[in-house]
Amino acid sequence: MDKPFAITLDVGSSRANKTGSWRTERAVYTNRMPPCNDACPAGEDIQGWLYEGEEGGAGYEHAWRRIMEDNPFPAIMGRVCYHPCETACNRGHLDEAVGINSVERFIGDEAIRQGWTVAVTAPPSGRHVLVVGAGPSGLAAAYHLALLGHAVTIKEAGPMAGGMMRFGIPRYRLARDVLDAEVQRILDLGVVLELDAKVTDLDALRSEYDAVFLAVGAQLGKRAYVPAGSAAHVLDAVDMLRDLETGEKPLLGRRVAVYGGGNTAMDAARTAKRLGAAEAVVVYRRTKDRMPAHESEIAEAEDEGVLFTWLTTITQVDAGRLVVERMELDGAGVPQPTGELDELEADSLILALGQETDLSLLEGVPDLVVQDGVVAVGPDMMTGCAGVFAGGDMVPFERSVTVAVGHGKRAAHHIDDWLSGTAPEPVVRPALATFDTLNTWYYSDAPRAHRPVLDRARRESTFDEVVLGHDESTALLEARRCLSCGNCFGCDNCYGVCPDNAVLKLGDPKAYLIDLDYCKGCGICVAECPSGAIQMVPEEI
Amino acid sequence: MPFQEIKLYQAGTFVAGNRLLDPEQRSVQARTGRSNSLTSGHRACQGCGEALGARYVLDAAMRATDGKLVAVNSTGCLEVFSTPYPESSWQLPWLHSLFGNGPAVASGVAAALRATGRDDSRVVGQAGDGGTVDIGFGALSGMFERNDDVLFVCYDNEGYMNTGVQRSGATPPGAATATTKALGPEPGNVFGQGKFVPLIAMAHEIPYVATATVAELRDLEYKVEKAMSFHGARYLHVFVPCPLGWRAAAADTIKLARLAKESGVFPVFEAEHGEVTEVSRIRRQVPVEEYLRPQGRYAHLFGDPGRPDVVARIQARADRNIARFGLLGEGDE
Amino acid sequence: MRSQLEGSQAVARAVALCRPQVIAAYPISPQTHIVESLSDRVRTGELAGCEYLLVDSEFSAMSACIGASAAGARSYTATSSQGLLFMAEALFNTSGLGLPVVMTLANRAIGAPINIWNDHSDAMAMRDSGWIQLYAESNQEAVDLHVQAFRLAESLSVPVMVCMDGFVLTHAFEEVDLPTQEQVDAFLPPFVPQQLLDPDDPVTIGAMVGPEAFAEVKYLVHATQVAALDEVPAIAADFERAFGRDSGGLLKRYRLEDAETVVVALGSVLGTIEDVVDSLRDDGFRIGVLGITCFRPWPHDEVRAALGDATRVVVVERAFAVGAGGIVGQNVRDATRGLPVVVQDVVAGLGGRPITRTSLRGLFEDVVADRLDASHLHFLDLDVELVQRELARSRARRRSGPHAEHMLRDLGTVASGTPHGGG
Repeated sequence: MDKPFAITLDVGSSRANKTGSWRTERAVYTNRMPPCNDACPAGEDIQGWLYEGEEGGAGYEHAWRRIMEDNPFPAIMGRVCYHPCETACNRGHLDEAVGINSVERFIGDEAIRQGWTVAVTAPPSGRHVLVVGAGPSGLAAAYHLALLGHAVTIKEAGPMAGGMMRFGIPRYRLARDVLDAEVQRILDLGVVLELDAKVTDLDALRSEYDAVFLAVGAQLGKRAYVPAGSAAHVLDAVDMLRDLETGEKPLLGRRVAVYGGGNTAMDAARTAKRLGAAEAVVVYRRTKDRMPAHESEIAEAEDEGVLFTWLTTITQVDAGRLVVERMELDGAGVPQPTGELDELEADSLILALGQETDLSLLEGVPDLVVQDGVVAVGPDMMTGCAGVFAGGDMVPFERSVTVAVGHGKRAAHHIDDWLSGTAPEPVVRPALATFDTLNTWYYSDAPRAHRPVLDRARRESTFDEVVLGHDESTALLEARRCLSCGNCFGCDNCYGVCPDNAVLKLGDPKAYLIDLDYCKGCGICVAECPSGAIQMVPEEI
Repeated sequence: MPFQEIKLYQAGTFVAGNRLLDPEQRSVQARTGRSNSLTSGHRACQGCGEALGARYVLDAAMRATDGKLVAVNSTGCLEVFSTPYPESSWQLPWLHSLFGNGPAVASGVAAALRATGRDDSRVVGQAGDGGTVDIGFGALSGMFERNDDVLFVCYDNEGYMNTGVQRSGATPPGAATATTKALGPEPGNVFGQGKFVPLIAMAHEIPYVATATVAELRDLEYKVEKAMSFHGARYLHVFVPCPLGWRAAAADTIKLARLAKESGVFPVFEAEHGEVTEVSRIRRQVPVEEYLRPQGRYAHLFGDPGRPDVVARIQARADRNIARFGLLGEGDE
Repeated sequence: MRSQLEGSQAVARAVALCRPQVIAAYPISPQTHIVESLSDRVRTGELAGCEYLLVDSEFSAMSACIGASAAGARSYTATSSQGLLFMAEALFNTSGLGLPVVMTLANRAIGAPINIWNDHSDAMAMRDSGWIQLYAESNQEAVDLHVQAFRLAESLSVPVMVCMDGFVLTHAFEEVDLPTQEQVDAFLPPFVPQQLLDPDDPVTIGAMVGPEAFAEVKYLVHATQVAALDEVPAIAADFERAFGRDSGGLLKRYRLEDAETVVVALGSVLGTIEDVVDSLRDDGFRIGVLGITCFRPWPHDEVRAALGDATRVVVVERAFAVGAGGIVGQNVRDATRGLPVVVQDVVAGLGGRPITRTSLRGLFEDVVADRLDASHLHFLDLDVELVQRELARSRARRRSGPHAEHMLRDLGTVASGTPHGGG
């Protein structure tokens, strides 16, 4: 139409007015470190794989592949990891932490059910790396090294792979078919596993390889001097669990005492119950809240009828009875003897006082530093001896499967750098996505789904897995409880809330662009981003 | 049928979109093909709630009418910031006449569309609170009682912002404006005045009346779509914070709208033919103080010594809303 | 078809023949019979395809017409007096937006004091609103002007106000020749809006225009009005061809040949004036009448030409600018600037006061005899005694300055030597 001058205008003509010039701050998309990722000893991108998993369907495989970038044991992790991620989870401030571990288990199990595999895509490097020990650390290192194109040989002293995952963790916590499946997947990458191949003289062997990763673990039960009568039946927890795994059923009697307060003590007591003990008593010298065992393990043990005797030390072991002494905590929380003695009926005593590493294989290896019974390593996991790296329980860190797996990954990458002579890229850790960076209004209220557990009756007599997995729909909803802290999850809020239409949606999820021609810098997109994935940055004027 | 919340835990009903949703379940604002009825380059202040609200409403109405929509706009911020010659930010047929006549102009447009056989096109009239509750009120009431086929939308920012933040009939008690300054023994706007036009609209027994805020996009879009499913006079009262007039941070626009609803200060509900049919219940109740504090127009209530008595009176008003509309009833979640 | 009809009915029928698509109306005397009749015609279906809005005020009536016109409908309303003033803001808006709304104004006085009777205060108050103003002398002309008004409005995209004297015309039964629907349809094509609210071709109508272009917009509005000075006679000529009647146009010339004295007026009073002029002519006076049909736009050149041979002009008008003087007179003086002619302003017929032949004859005799002081505003048939009394009373109450003293003197109340001021 022939529009009258000035009073009638063309639609959309204001786009000629670039209001971006008003801006003193601009909105910038950002990625903050989600607290789960920050807390994961294996360095998993938990938020990232939950994001994939939230899609359901094909998303589960994508999620699994994301986990596999960091950790070859999703199904194992979903059972045995003590999930510091959940402790750190921001959702805990809102209602209850996301059940990350349960989702990881579902995804890991789904991979086994579906037979998903990984393949080596890197060209062969021509380098050969020796891994000593087929525990979680050694297997993880072998896996990553293989993916990086290196030839890997694992020498394992025992008759089966898995290390403490097999010989320390009872099968009611980790079904062996799961363990076998995830180990086999690593071997399928071409990793050579030599069993019953204890390395006794590393120095003689190391010249045959371009690099070595030591992960022999800590399998020697710590001894405490307890006077024992000749008829006293005293076992070591580590030995007992290992023997059980290799088919030897220990004779424990009706009443079993376990000495110690760590996870191994819980495993020993719960195993004793399953082996037919009418009574399993954990004797610990401090109080419950000071027990090093994981809370869930204590709870499950209590649930299964394991008894606890706090503030108690064992001073004498005789056939059928223990002499115990009451302790009390001093001001510093250290238990002090009271001189008050008592007796406890026990047909056997299992010692679970911690483990030590057998370092005899290291004799003659130059420049190694051993402190407090463990091997010192640098930030690159390399020991004092060039080309010899170490990880897992034999280095001075917290001992857990997940820590060990993390060591394996880190060591593998450092070995790769060392072999290629490149300096590792400095890791820039983004700022933590703290709870206050979130706008939690946007998250639907969603109570956590807890995993079902095995009937009490079956837990008393079998080694069937106690904690069961989620079904698919439950796992999916649990994954979707993730707040995606610090990272865009494609909710379109920024695109929706901009009063100036200055957020462009490019089509793909998470693909947005701030249109600086029009962004006035109001900051609404930042305020209304649920996950804190946008921030305001001052303009240089 | 009431607005169905989408149970998608990570961010179901409350965000604009989400990749996990079926495209049909995403809000209009989450779609790449939204009409952007009010497009970029407008001269609204940073963080303008009215600009946001207008795009939300009109895009939803455009979708509901398959693009067959005409807008009539009363004088005010929205009109001024969107159409300074030679640039218009509108992307639909749009007419501005005067401050006080928007509803009547809209009636005329609707009549013309019907008379010329184009009544597949629908009409939205829109104005700020001044143009709706004060100067345009007579025309609005007339449009209502005639039941003309117009959806009239009030973008309520509780004052005459375009002219420099003076008090309107929608300015709440206690709020300081240029004509109700924080002076004298009763600082700010006085208690016992003002009107809530949604209830007056209901008294006309028109087919549909609803309130909404820019903080709840999906609720707002649902109400626009529902409004467009009726013929006859419809009224939508949208709460749109004004960073300039409220002396609040530009980034807090949506937050303040949310707090207004969650504190009970602004009741969100729907009514059909004069009866309330649905209320949006408070999800995370907050005391009014949480809503008032970030706003400079209430700063005089929180100085030293402050006016806790006035805050208590504002709380009492919110409590009355909560009781009157049942805002704390059984939640949907 | 000739019928004996009330003016309002005649106009309503004429409007209906123009097929308006939206009518918005609010009752006010003396316009009511028009919109009542139109309501009937819409209800019975005689006027098909028309939406009739019973709005809440005249302001809403004009506003609805604005919306309707912008949305492409031929739009019509009618009002009077206070109603027109209540529309004031919308009148300017209609013209500023260039919307071809047609309105009947049944002229009526403006209060206070409230008065429902006829004068031209309402139309004159809105003379600068940007509307074309056409004044009907008779009901026949009112009918004809409405038919022409729609065509004029739509051809230039300007609003047109057809003024007819309230009661005097609206309520008078006269014989009127109403055109047929076929005739009107042939004369008045369907409305093709210059700009349109159309979802298929959206535009923004009613932008805010600042100092950089406001004057130009207003100039263009002015230019459109000026263009009407050509369009109005062209349409009147077309009308005459189609309907066989000389009706409308800018001016009506009555016995102007060799006239030394010319009476200028608008509206229904012209008939009376013409009768008086006839009798004066019979008595040998060289006097004629110039009727103003189109007051806005002001036909400056045409008026100047029509009055070029006169030596005396007396403007009889039914409104005045309080505190200033005649309104039409000012325009006539402007049109005759530099010509050897004296223009007198006489205010007559305010608030329904009858303008009698006797009074007019007396007035014109005074004019012809140069007995009227051209330096003052004159009021026909003013109750001088009453006014004097009141002025004296108020003079006693408050101090008056020299201007008010002069006014009293004009009325013969101020004796020389009377002290200024008072108690």
